[in-house]
Amino acid sequence: MCGTCGCGEGETRIEGKAHHAHSHEPREIELHRDIMAKNDAYADANRRLFAEKDILALNLVSSPGSGKTSLLVKTIEAMSGPVAVIEGDQQTSNDATRIRATGAPAVQINTGKGCHLDAHMVGHGLEDLDPDPGATVFIENVGNLVCPAGFDLGEASKVVVFSITEGEDKPLKYPDMFAAADLALINKIDLLPYLDFDMDLAIENARRVNPKLDILPVSATSGEGMENWLTWIATARAKTGLSAAAE
Amino acid sequence: MHEISLCEDIRTTLEEEAVKQNFNQVTKIWLDIGPLSCVEPEALRFGFDAVMRGSVAEGAALEIHAPKGDAYCLACHSKVQVTSRFDTCPNCGAAELQITGGDALKIRKLEVV
Repeated sequence: MCGTCGCGEGETRIEGKAHHAHSHEPREIELHRDIMAKNDAYADANRRLFAEKDILALNLVSSPGSGKTSLLVKTIEAMSGPVAVIEGDQQTSNDATRIRATGAPAVQINTGKGCHLDAHMVGHGLEDLDPDPGATVFIENVGNLVCPAGFDLGEASKVVVFSITEGEDKPLKYPDMFAAADLALINKIDLLPYLDFDMDLAIENARRVNPKLDILPVSATSGEGMENWLTWIATARAKTGLSAAAE
Repeated sequence: MHEISLCEDIRTTLEEEAVKQNFNQVTKIWLDIGPLSCVEPEALRFGFDAVMRGSVAEGAALEIHAPKGDAYCLACHSKVQVTSRFDTCPNCGAAELQITGGDALKIRKLEVV
């Protein structure tokens, strides 16, 4: 219905040209507007905040059960310098509780029916978290290898975690996420002796989707490969133009 | 179903444009959804009608255009077209393709009254 004159509802037509100023003739408007513009504006604001506070932000993405939180707990325990965590899950604050047990501050975001974190939620999470200058901020996304791929949160890099129990073809099944990531952590390698997992094939599949992807096999349980991951984080700080983490 | 939240962002944009550009109703909307974007066009279409209900775009026709996916072959250094992230190079068969285009998500054009 025309909001000005009321015509257009059902069969209603109101005669006369002078009753309002606009035309009822259809017209076309070239908009060329990015659908993600709103999210991207919030992501830019987050990115500015990270730069101002000399913070490295990493967005951890994976399917549910890849061992993200366990990996994060072990990473925080091994890291020097301030660390803070934003936890995303549909429900419960279990993960934030596990992170706080390490002494690191954590904020839990429950997305309710939502399948991903967006930059607006993360911005509000950061207000509550108020991370220390020079910190590393880990954003543990909702366990979902599809939707979080499309949402920039303002992070320096997406890090995709996939565990060897998920199969070598995970990168081919969920290519968008592997394409969006800068690093893949292949987790739970302590289980290699018990599984029929072809590491070379997994790496080949991941590189097929993203030739520039860094790949590090790790085990949060045994600690194997964790040094390489910590070195990658330190290098990411330098690449992002941030100072070296405080000891 | 992140397509629903994208529909909600589209709805907000259209409501804002209606005020800015002085129109009452969107009768048709043209979207560019790249084949290498993270959006499934059919899921977007499914959510679109429901999300637009009660807005300036209620009942609007939806036209989805899929621009071509562009890639650069790191092996033979040629520019090629692809439809998925794990296509191989149509020239040399190599798998090392760097995607350079085709992930657009845009509201291109509106028909309004």
